[in-house]
Amino acid sequence: MSEQVFEATIAKDQRIEPRDWMPDGYRKTMIRQIAQHAHSEIIGMQPEGAWITRAPSLRRKAILLAKVQDEAGHGLYLYSAAETLGADRGDLTRRLIEGRQKYSSIFNYPTLTFADVGVIGWLVDGAAICNQVPLCRSSFGPYARAMIRICKEESFHQRQGYELLMTMMRGTPAQREMVQDAVNRWWWPSLMMFGPPDGESPNTAQSMAWKIKRHTNDELRQRFVDMSVPQAEALGVTLPDADLRWNAEREHYDFGEIDWSELKRVISGDGPMNAERIANRRRADEEGAWVREAAAAHAAKKQEVPA
Amino acid sequence: MSEIKHEWPLYEVFVRAKRGLNHVHVGSLRAADPEMALHHARDLYTRRNEGVSIWVVQSDDIVASGPDDKDAFFGPSGDKAYRHPTYYAIPDSVPHI
Ligand SMILES: [Fe+2]
Ligand SMILES: [Fe+2]
Repeated sequence: MSEQVFEATIAKDQRIEPRDWMPDGYRKTMIRQIAQHAHSEIIGMQPEGAWITRAPSLRRKAILLAKVQDEAGHGLYLYSAAETLGADRGDLTRRLIEGRQKYSSIFNYPTLTFADVGVIGWLVDGAAICNQVPLCRSSFGPYARAMIRICKEESFHQRQGYELLMTMMRGTPAQREMVQDAVNRWWWPSLMMFGPPDGESPNTAQSMAWKIKRHTNDELRQRFVDMSVPQAEALGVTLPDADLRWNAEREHYDFGEIDWSELKRVISGDGPMNAERIANRRRADEEGAWVREAAAAHAAKKQEVPA
Repeated sequence: MSEIKHEWPLYEVFVRAKRGLNHVHVGSLRAADPEMALHHARDLYTRRNEGVSIWVVQSDDIVASGPDDKDAFFGPSGDKAYRHPTYYAIPDSVPHI
């Protein structure tokens, strides 16, 4: 394989596979993109995981447990895809713990009430779906295949969240207030999940050329807003944006200015929960080390004993 | 005492979706031994009835053709059109063939 074959494969909209020749930049970008995505799934277990023991019914506990387990699965599918490129799972985890690789800024916000669980399913998983559906056609085969598997599972995540919110909206005024409060806190961070505006996203052009990104950040953000407005109306909540209105000319919703300084602050480590999220991940890694070592020792010992 | 390896080996996972179908590769995972690999594969790749049978095999044990062998390996079958049924012209009037 050579550069020519690589370019031709991309041009024909076919997939690049791990052992094919690929430019160094493509390999590095793919490893970084997949690792960041994997880290987001793993760290993303924490905000909702915090509510498993406090979920109000056995039904909600079982659903939440299944959802959080799915997110662990998503992380593992993705680490598996990263390993096809020569990355090492343990090394990626160390990079996360040492702050050398990032994860989605959305998981650095706290989950204050049980309504947050519903709003995360509806908006955060909803935004993730917008981002991830086009990635099912990523030019890198193992990533595209992992995304197909993940997208199949995300629909459950979004629907359980929305159903939870519908249930609360049929409840007491205090419960309805709780939902509105959670929407107020999560709406803007959800919009930030699509990344900086196109003008400040220098890598977009190369990623689009390599077909590892299929739409720009702003295109996906607009799609998410257009989808969410009618869902908010059906739910009976107000999205916290005075400038949000239908633009008949554009056939899209206009929306207000995003506070990009907040995104920068949270990405650079200064969000409300950054330190705690990483501390938890580090603790799980360190406190689980003896289990991993014991399992490895047991496996080695079994191999020594002739059958 | 031999040194303990902290990094578990990589296993490739193959799942049979239902009876009558082949096992298909679905991804990989890390496990200390084959038994653990099988259990992890169950938890990771069949949470929603995706399979009725799982194979796991250490990635290092897989022998694969490389992308560079493609021509030498698969090229020779390219010019053997006579191996395909459509190579043979049979009049439409002949039934069931
Ligand atoms: Fe996920
Ligand atoms: Fe999800």
